Amino acid sequence: MIESILSHGVALGAVYALIGITYNVMYASSRVFSFTAGTVGMLGGVLGSVFISTLGMPVIVGFLLTVLAGALLGLIIEFVAARPVLKSLDQHLYVLSTLAVSLILLQLTAIYFSTDAVPFPQVVPIGPGIFDQKFWLPILACVVTVGGLEYLSRNTLIGRAFLAIAEDNYAARALGLPEQGLRMVSFALAGVIGVVTGFAAGQMMFASLANGPLLNFYGFVPVALGGMGSNRGAVIGGLLLGLFQQMANYFFGGVFASVAVFVVFIVVLLARPEGLAGSATARRV
Amino acid sequence: MSTETLPASNGRSWLEKWLPVILLAVVGGSLPLWGDEFFGTIATRICVYWVLCAGLNLVVGYAGQIAIGWVSLLTVGAYAASALVAGKVTPEFHPYVALLLAGVVGALFGLVVGLPALRLRTFYFAMTTLGFSTIVTQIALAWKSVTGGGIGIPGPLLPEPFDTPWGLYFFCLAVAIFCTWMTCNIAASRYGRSLIAVRDAEVAAEAVGIYKPRLLVNVFLFSGALAGIAGGLFASLQSYITPEAFSFDLSVLFFIAILIGGRGSILGPLIGTAVLTILPEFAAPLVQWSTFVYAVLLLAIVLLVPGGIAELLDFKNRKPIDQHREIRPRPELLPKIMGTDTPKSLLDLKGIVLAFGGVRAVDGVDLDIRGGEVHGLIGPNGSGKTTTLNAISGYYAPQEGTVTVDGADITGLGPHRRADFHIARTFQTPRIIGEESVIENVMVGGNAFGHGSFVEAMLALPRHRSDEAKLRDDAMTALCLVGLERLADVRADRLQHSELRFVEIARAVMMRPRFLLLDEPAAGLSVDEIKRLAGLISAIRAQGTGVLLVEHHADLIFEICDRVTVLNLGKVLASGEPEEVRTHREVVNAYLGA
Repeated sequence: MIESILSHGVALGAVYALIGITYNVMYASSRVFSFTAGTVGMLGGVLGSVFISTLGMPVIVGFLLTVLAGALLGLIIEFVAARPVLKSLDQHLYVLSTLAVSLILLQLTAIYFSTDAVPFPQVVPIGPGIFDQKFWLPILACVVTVGGLEYLSRNTLIGRAFLAIAEDNYAARALGLPEQGLRMVSFALAGVIGVVTGFAAGQMMFASLANGPLLNFYGFVPVALGGMGSNRGAVIGGLLLGLFQQMANYFFGGVFASVAVFVVFIVVLLARPEGLAGSATARRV
Repeated sequence: MSTETLPASNGRSWLEKWLPVILLAVVGGSLPLWGDEFFGTIATRICVYWVLCAGLNLVVGYAGQIAIGWVSLLTVGAYAASALVAGKVTPEFHPYVALLLAGVVGALFGLVVGLPALRLRTFYFAMTTLGFSTIVTQIALAWKSVTGGGIGIPGPLLPEPFDTPWGLYFFCLAVAIFCTWMTCNIAASRYGRSLIAVRDAEVAAEAVGIYKPRLLVNVFLFSGALAGIAGGLFASLQSYITPEAFSFDLSVLFFIAILIGGRGSILGPLIGTAVLTILPEFAAPLVQWSTFVYAVLLLAIVLLVPGGIAELLDFKNRKPIDQHREIRPRPELLPKIMGTDTPKSLLDLKGIVLAFGGVRAVDGVDLDIRGGEVHGLIGPNGSGKTTTLNAISGYYAPQEGTVTVDGADITGLGPHRRADFHIARTFQTPRIIGEESVIENVMVGGNAFGHGSFVEAMLALPRHRSDEAKLRDDAMTALCLVGLERLADVRADRLQHSELRFVEIARAVMMRPRFLLLDEPAAGLSVDEIKRLAGLISAIRAQGTGVLLVEHHADLIFEICDRVTVLNLGKVLASGEPEEVRTHREVVNAYLGA
C-alpha cells in the first residue's frame, strides 16, 4: 500500500511542480500570474488524446504536435492576455485577462472535446505495476524540465537574459535586452512545459476538462507557498503536496484532503504572504 | 470679493443616485403587465442573482478585490436555508426566519472568504476564493445527512402569498429593491468613498485615517449576508438543490456581470447581471456557449472598455471642460472650515534613524514643527526629506528615535492613526482617486469626522445624513478655498497636474490639520501658481497650523519659511532662520550653490 501512496504521491507531486514551474516561467519574464497555467496543462492531455487516439497518429508525431500547439498557445496567451495589460501592471488587469483566456480555452474544450474524462493512450509500451509509465512519465518530465531550465540559465546567453529580465526588468531593457522577444519566448516555453505536463500525466489523470481548474489551483499552491519565481520551491512544494494529498486521501478520504490542503494554503499565506522562501514586499510610498 | 454664499455642489443628482432602485421598481413592478410567466421566472432569477451581485459589487467594483468564487456563499446560503426549514440539524424553522439565518451564515462565511484579502495580493486572493468554492461543493457532496449529498434536498417553500411563481417573483423583487437601496446608500456614503480610496489610492486613504481592515470586514459581512439571502431565495426558486446547481459558471457570471457593468457603479452591474442572465435564455444555442460568451465579453471589457457599461453611460464626463482655467485660491475662507481655534501643537522628532538594508536614508535627524510656523525642509535628492516625511506620517517605523505630538509618543502608530493627531499631508506625486469626482476626493479628507456607523450609512439614518451634508458643505468650501469650485463635479483624472496639487491641499485641509506636511507642492506649478500657493500656505500658518514644507524651489522656501532645516546624506546639515541657513557655508557648498 505504501508503495502505491508513494508512487502516486510523487507522480502527482511532479505534475503540480511542473504546473508551478509553468506559472514561474511566465511570471519571471512579465510579473504576470496567469490563470492559463493549469488550463494549458489540461490541454496537453486533451490534445495528446485527440492526436493519438482519435486521429490515430503515431505517438511521437502526436507528442510533437502537442508541443507545437503548446508553444502556439503560449504565444497567443502572451499576445492576448499579457502584452496589452503590462502597461498598467499595478491595476492587476492581468488577473482578469488571463482568467478570460483560461475560461475561453476551458469552454472550447467542453464544446469540441468532452466534459467527461477520456482515457489517454499508452505512450511507451511497458506494462503496469510500480514501474507503470503513469508514474514515471510525469517524474521524468519534471526532472528533464528542471534540468533543462537549469542548463539554460547557467550555460546559455538566452537563459542569462531571462535571469536578467526576471531580476530587474527596467535595467534589463536599459541594457538593450529585447524584453518583448524574451517574454514571447518564455510564454511559448511555459506553453510547452504546460502541455508536456498534461501529456505526461495523461495515463494518470486522463484527458479531462476537470483537470484544468484542478491543476490551476494545485499547481499554484506550491509556488505560492514556496515563493513566486522559485523553481526549487515549486518542486519541493509540489512533491510535498502530492504526497500529503495521497496520504490524507488514503487515510481520511478525499474531502478531508482537499480541506486540509486549503487550510494549510491559507494559513501559511496569511502568516507569510510572500511565501516561505520569498522576500518581503517592496516600498509603497 | 464679498462674502456671498458659496456655490453648493449638487453632487450626484437625486435621479443619478437612485436610478438603479427606480429602474428595478418600475421595470420589475410592471413586468406582469407585459411579460408572461416564462418571463417571470427569468426575472425572478435576475432578482436573486442581483441580490448577490449587489453585495459582491461592493467587494469587486468598489473595494477592487478580485473575488471570483462567490458562488460558494450562494451555496452556503442555499443549503443553510433549506436545511433549517427541513429541520436537518435544528428544529424546523419558519422560512422567513431561515432566510434571515441564511443571511447570518452567509455573513460569517463572507468574512471567512474575504479576510485573506487583508493580507494577500490580488491573484492570491482570487485563488483562495476559487479554492474555497471547490471545497464548499465537495463538502456539500460529502455531508449527506444535511445536504442530501448528490441527491440533494428540497428548497424552502415560502408561505402564502409567495408560494406561486408570481408571488415568489414579487418577494424576490422586493428583496432586490431593498438590497439595491442599501448598496446605493453605502456607495454614496463615506464608506463607499473610502472603499474606492482604498482601491485606487491606498496610501492616501491611510493618510486621511481610513483603516482598511475594519472597512473591509464591514463590507465582507454585508456582501456575505446578501449572498446568503440570495442563496436562500435561489433554493426556493430551484425548489430542489443539488451541488451541481452551484456550478463555477455561475460564479463566473456574477463576477463578470459586475466587471462588465463597470467598477464603482451600481446601475452598470445591475444591467450587466440582467443581460448575462437573459442572454442564454433567449438564444437556445447559446446555452452551451454562454460561459464562452461571458469570457469573451470579459476580455473585451478589460482590453477595450475598462470602465464597462458605466463608462459608456457616463455622459456628464464627456462634456469638454474649460481649457483656459485659472486656480484662484481664496485663503480668507480658511476659518470657515478650520474654525478659529486650532490649538498650536508641537511635533517633535528626536534622533530618527531609518535604514533600508545598508543605506541609512535618515541618520539621526532632530526636527520640530511648531504650530503657526512654516518649517522648510530642503536638501539634495536622496538626502532623506521624503523619508523623514514618511516617518512622521507613519509609513515607515524608524529603527531608532521618537516622534511625539505635544509629548505623546506616536512613533509606532500606523499611518491611519495619525489622522487622530490631525497630521495631514500631500504627496510628491498627487495620490488622487481618478475615477471619482473632485469633490468626492476632497470629502475623503474629512472621513475621520463622520459619526455614523456602517449600518447607519446602509440604512440612511439621520446621523449619517447629517455627516454627508456637513462633509459636502465643507468640501465645497475647501474647493472654493483652493479655487477649484468650478471643477467640483468633474472626474479627478481629467484635471491638470497643477490642479491635482491643489486638490490634495483641499483634501488635507478637510482634516483640520494641526500639522500639514507638503511634499514638493510647487513642483510643476507656474510662477503665478507658486505665488498663490505661497499665499495659501501663509494663510494655513495663520490658522495656527504647523507646516512642514519639502521643496526644491529655494525662492519659495526663503520667502515664506520661519525656519529651515537642511538635510544632507540623511543628517541635518544646518537648521535655523532662513537668513542663517542661506549663508551657511556648507549648505551653499552642498546644495544651494554660490
